[in-house]
Amino acid sequence: MSVWKDFTDGLWKDIPPFRLVLGLCPTLAVTTAADNGLGMGLATTFVLVCSNALISILRKLIPKKVRIASYIVIIASFVVMVELFMQAYFYRLYIILGIFIPLIVVNCIILGRAEAFASKRPILNSIADGLGHGFGFTISLTIVGAFREILGAGTLFSKITLFGPHFMPFSFMVKPPGAFICLGLFLGIMNIISRGRV
Amino acid sequence: MHEAWTFSDYLLLVIGAILVNNILLTRFLGNCPFLGVSRKMETATGMAMAVVFVMTMAGSITWIIQEYVLIPFDLEYMQTIFFILVIAALVQLVEMFLQKSFPALYQALGIFLPLITTNCAVLGVAVINIREGYNFLQTVVFSFASAVGYGFALILFTGIREQMEVSSIPDFMKGTAIGLLTAGLISLSFFGFAGIVE
Repeated sequence: MSVWKDFTDGLWKDIPPFRLVLGLCPTLAVTTAADNGLGMGLATTFVLVCSNALISILRKLIPKKVRIASYIVIIASFVVMVELFMQAYFYRLYIILGIFIPLIVVNCIILGRAEAFASKRPILNSIADGLGHGFGFTISLTIVGAFREILGAGTLFSKITLFGPHFMPFSFMVKPPGAFICLGLFLGIMNIISRGRV
Repeated sequence: MHEAWTFSDYLLLVIGAILVNNILLTRFLGNCPFLGVSRKMETATGMAMAVVFVMTMAGSITWIIQEYVLIPFDLEYMQTIFFILVIAALVQLVEMFLQKSFPALYQALGIFLPLITTNCAVLGVAVINIREGYNFLQTVVFSFASAVGYGFALILFTGIREQMEVSSIPDFMKGTAIGLLTAGLISLSFFGFAGIVE
């Protein structure tokens, strides 16, 4: 079941951004709340799956020399689609994520998977790979977002209030320095967990 | 809205971009190369110079394209595709130009130029310029100041990271994890500037 393996690889063995340390900018910037992380993750997943599929279909047509430029055009087209879609249906999220939606173009996970995987493999495997890494990224972003939101604001998914009225929010967690320190600690914890396995 | 800016307004824009809203530490743009090239001082200075060079040019050129191509032809929704293509082409051009005309500078910047295409800070600044509604002069000043801020943070970080090579860090925190923690502390120190400029 190699297709299944391509899918699950992205979910644990090299889950971005913890094991495959790529795409740090959106991870740091949008994880102030769990739902922002979820939205960003799903938008990235869509672009990743579509661009992986299209690049895999076109892999024999694209000349080697201009491949990076072609990939960027393909990725950028899907990003524009996501951008317009979110503007129409998820306006609140569109405002919160701000410039990080157009910046999905330069998310190194997408270009990395295009170059390392989709440019060499058949379409089914590429879609599985895109889904796996996309969901892995979504899960990571949601977890980091939830962690920062619970400590920093005392809520979850912006709706559920977890603590009583006397809760003092640890607002450091939702500020920029908190993002770096939180992600650093997460990476360290992932290293401890996986040490026995790999 | 931004009519008739005085010199002190520009000064505040520069200070804001370098210290208060540092593009790397509070806006989280360009973190992948930040963690990638910060192991040695020489590579960090090379990257910093390349970023200053490309970001200032890219910011100005994308502004001109937005104003004189995209807006007159009602193509604003194509912004992402246009900008990334312009940046990729610009990086190629700069690379070829430097190779022919300034071989010494090319030697110093050479390997960093291709990396800049996927540096989200460059695209990010281009998009911020448009979203903030800056005029041409403000765009040039802001792009340059952001790039200087990027270089400043990168060089600071590299200095600390070189020192860490000789200190004993727990195994699981080595590499990116401790790098992120360090970045968090630098970001915290930059946080002290918050409030100088709105």
